[in-house]
Amino acid sequence: MSLRRLAPPEMQPANFSFTAENAEWANATIAKYPQGRQASAVISLLWRGQEQEGWVTHPMIEHVARMLGMPFIRVLEVATFYTMFNLEPVGTYLVQVCTTTPCWLMGSDAVIAACKKHIHPHPHTVSPDGKFSWMEVECLGACVNAPMLQIGKDFYEDIDGPITEQMIADLRAGKAIRPGPQNSRRTSSEPEGGATTLKDPSLYDGSMIGKYHKQVPESEAVTDAEGKAPSKGASDRETPNQKPPGAAT
Amino acid sequence: MLADKDRIFTNLYGFQDVGLEAAKKRGQWDNTKAILALGPENIVDIIKKSGLRGRGGAGFPTGLKWSFMPKEIKERPHYLVVNADESEPGTCKDRDIMRNDPHTLVEGCLVASFAMRAHACYVYVRGEFIREREALQRAVDEAYADKLIGKNNVHGWDFDLYIHHGAGAYICGEETALLESLEGKKGQPRLKPPFPANVGLYGCPTTVNNVESIAVAPTIIRRGADWFAGIGRPNNTGTKVFCISGHVNKPCNVEEEMGIPLRELIERHCGGVRGGWDNLLAVIPGGASVPLLPKHICDDVLMDFDSLKNVQSGLGTAAVIVMDKSTDVIKAIQRLAYFYKHESCGQCTPCREGTGWMWRVMTRMVRGDAKVGEIDLLQEVTKEIEGHTICALGDAAAWPIQGLIRHFRPEIERRIADFGKLAAE
Repeated sequence: MSLRRLAPPEMQPANFSFTAENAEWANATIAKYPQGRQASAVISLLWRGQEQEGWVTHPMIEHVARMLGMPFIRVLEVATFYTMFNLEPVGTYLVQVCTTTPCWLMGSDAVIAACKKHIHPHPHTVSPDGKFSWMEVECLGACVNAPMLQIGKDFYEDIDGPITEQMIADLRAGKAIRPGPQNSRRTSSEPEGGATTLKDPSLYDGSMIGKYHKQVPESEAVTDAEGKAPSKGASDRETPNQKPPGAAT
Repeated sequence: MLADKDRIFTNLYGFQDVGLEAAKKRGQWDNTKAILALGPENIVDIIKKSGLRGRGGAGFPTGLKWSFMPKEIKERPHYLVVNADESEPGTCKDRDIMRNDPHTLVEGCLVASFAMRAHACYVYVRGEFIREREALQRAVDEAYADKLIGKNNVHGWDFDLYIHHGAGAYICGEETALLESLEGKKGQPRLKPPFPANVGLYGCPTTVNNVESIAVAPTIIRRGADWFAGIGRPNNTGTKVFCISGHVNKPCNVEEEMGIPLRELIERHCGGVRGGWDNLLAVIPGGASVPLLPKHICDDVLMDFDSLKNVQSGLGTAAVIVMDKSTDVIKAIQRLAYFYKHESCGQCTPCREGTGWMWRVMTRMVRGDAKVGEIDLLQEVTKEIEGHTICALGDAAAWPIQGLIRHFRPEIERRIADFGKLAAE
């Protein structure tokens, strides 16, 4: 668990409202969920609010609570539970460096060192020029491209200390940087130097269409009564064996 | 080695076009109507016969899970929820499926929903996967536009598919925490029973499946249960996307046969261990939650559920984290202990307090600033946490440390002794 609190009152803005475009988007998002279940949209709305403002503010939480008909405390719980919500202002570029074991094995310490040197010695602190802040995050799910970091919506993978320094310098100078692998990989997660699999051209020439049509069910048809009878598994579930709490299911 | 024609994710690396037309050319959405014509019972039966076990970590038989759903829709609608909250350290397979081969998943959602008589499906994508979410949404939009899914689609089963996202909580990969999160609450796991198949999303019958389990289903049905069951070993059938990270020459994702020897997997696809096989120290074979294996076990272990269980580890999500001899293995596990401390939801005391306690002790052990007797104490505490929490996060936090003590106890003791000598000087 991590201790997360809202920013102090003096930092909070006076009010919040979605832009017209975001408000329309929010209504469409709420409509994805069944009637009366609009609370399901709370993460999406707070996220959209954060994209608009840069961080999650007290008035934003109140606004979202009103929109969804939720008590303030329920939305506050969500905002403080999920770690992607920034509860304080962040730099224009929030550099999130993965330091969990797979990235650490491949040298995330050097990436952190680069951030300390070129952004700020401390995480969660906006750099003097206001453009950057950095933080350590837990596994971002790009482990075969380790080490990696996320800026905004994009992952930057297969990096090291010098590449990180260069990326920060480029962003600071207003130059665009290319997302994805920063080494010689073509696209994503293939072995560097070329894939060892998926080389058969017949996979891609259209000959796969209809190739397996003659497949028919091997099983004999199930009668209606059989189909509707509860399976053995379902009966077991009606009277489950007593298990200690937490036993694997 | 698995032949290319037997691979399911033929655009795993995104070398080909991701769009619908190209996906159809690769054999996806190929006569899906005929699959649905089999009827729900037959589809579940084929999946059962194929021996498919869930790809999200626990390895529960997928067909059996599907069969738990009520056989007819009563007053409550049925839901399929796809777990794309891929956050297990080492794992990045669902990411490639969503961004490079999304139509396998979209088609799988339709087929699985039909088999469980669900007219709506939610895909819960982890918050950090923003581009992946966008890629999947594009595929969903294409499928709607082509009338493959949606109301009055060509398949004759009204079906809506929605993409939902989280905001950075590992625990939401646990199925009931995911449902809580999807309902707009904190992601704290629910007590079971009732199981989601009875009381799931919004109190309705729900099945939660991993992305890979759902995405392989249409191909299995098209090619037949015997084809899938013929790959791998009994009770451990089919193909699996492995993620090999850490100290190998070419880390990568690759779809391979279940039960492939670990050494062959690393040497064939990843260019071998950095510095050669003899430079191997240990491997975490199934994502952060499973105990590590020292080299002498890695020499000939097979990568499937039962083989790895027999060596007191597990296949988990098939995320192979390789560590060579330069690794500080205690620090590697200490970092995982921090991960679990950070990700504990705080609901059950053994996990909330225990993960922090274990991390603090592990931190001292990295330096050697501990007493030898504390190793046994640590082992005992992991046993007190394991099995005493609502969900498996407590177990997952305990297992890596148990694995470390089981295989690297001399290393911990040596470090404690060295620290003692230093302090004495």
